[in-house]
Amino acid sequence: MSLPTGPKVYATAASALAGVVRDNITVMSGGFGLCGIAENLIVALRDSGATGLTVVSNNAGVDEFGLGMLLRTRQIRKMISSYVGENKEFERQYLAGELELEFNPQGTLAERIRAGGAGIWGFYTRTGAGTLVAEGKEQRVVNGETYVLETGLVADLAIVKAWRGDTEGNLIYRKTARNFNPMMASAGRVTVAEVEQLVEPGRLDPDQIHTPAFSCSGSSRARAIAGRSKIAPRASSRLQELAHELVAR
Amino acid sequence: MSWSRDEIAARAAAELRDGYYVNLGIGIPTLVANFIPAGMRVVLQSENGMLAWVLSLRGEEDADLINAGKQTITELPSSSYFSSADSFGMIRGGHIDLSVLGAMEVGENGDLANWLIRQGGQGHGGAMDLVAGVKRVVVVMEHTSKDGSAKFKPRCDLPLTGANVVDKLITDLAIFSRADRHSSFRLLEMAPGVTLEALRAKTTAGFLSP
Repeated sequence: MSLPTGPKVYATAASALAGVVRDNITVMSGGFGLCGIAENLIVALRDSGATGLTVVSNNAGVDEFGLGMLLRTRQIRKMISSYVGENKEFERQYLAGELELEFNPQGTLAERIRAGGAGIWGFYTRTGAGTLVAEGKEQRVVNGETYVLETGLVADLAIVKAWRGDTEGNLIYRKTARNFNPMMASAGRVTVAEVEQLVEPGRLDPDQIHTPAFSCSGSSRARAIAGRSKIAPRASSRLQELAHELVAR
Repeated sequence: MSWSRDEIAARAAAELRDGYYVNLGIGIPTLVANFIPAGMRVVLQSENGMLAWVLSLRGEEDADLINAGKQTITELPSSSYFSSADSFGMIRGGHIDLSVLGAMEVGENGDLANWLIRQGGQGHGGAMDLVAGVKRVVVVMEHTSKDGSAKFKPRCDLPLTGANVVDKLITDLAIFSRADRHSSFRLLEMAPGVTLEALRAKTTAGFLSP
């Protein structure tokens, strides 16, 4: 039984995004590589046809999967990311001047999102001092160390992926699929969580919740959908092959 | 003669100490995991949100369990998971003892450049946070680029990942180290058959001889 204070539960990704997605909004998309991405919500975002999107995500997917799909359809105007290798279409659009890109160091990106969701306007960090990242930003020297001012990030919409969630909006992530999802869940004005197992309140141990319901609702509307598919592991790299061989010896 | 990738990794593994928390970058640095001395307790941190991992065995792959190099990995009884914000809090807060990472260029002043491979680039990932926050930074790389030009040079030409952050440099030809971040690099060891003259011919950075 879901209470009226909890998030709405939607049967499909498309219905969860209906009325939320518009042209030119900022979207945070959880995940590291293809691990912990809200894959069904990304498809629904593509199918919404919204364009001019600013997308905050550590990576940009690969050509055929994840955010790479939104690049192919030219729905993304700007990416704020830490690493975008493994994506030829991204590189092509960027070099052709069709796509705006803001690189953030990965920890700075994570902290900017955490800060945004926590109501912190900005923070000083040593990361990036003396590099291009610091250019044009306020810097302070404290005890001989240079710190760079970075600002918090919020988004119109955050799409996150969780392993288990209840109809109140409490979320539990699984293993390294957690990554950017908890901070993004707090930083979206509307947060939609794609969960593998949706359960009634009381079925999750309150002591083990990673994202408490307020992060998903707060002043916003949170929405949850149940998604079942899992992402196939990336093909083993050469290093991994080597590791297997070493173990086998 | 030059050291192989495994031999470079084995030399970097000599930096490990019992009880260290270590972050290994992508490429040769990951191979360091294969050379942790028997009996030494070293905890590997993966910046996407995990402490204590090993590469997974075939058949044990889990889509929700990868390291920062996006290889599938396996958890240990001592493992823990956390968010990217907590992970970089760990890194930025100085709680990681050693970072081993690759480079495109190293300056004799300790500057490191390891991003923006092509025009447009790929991004710096977690490297900027690592070099800004980890106590000791060891770089492993090929001594020269594919066209033979020096990668250990007076100053980096590529955009910096960090200014004055490298403590030790291990290449396929030699090992350089410095006592602290005010000191110059000193040559510690050369690969078998490498002469000082040959090394200097492939190095534009200034360094102290042994």
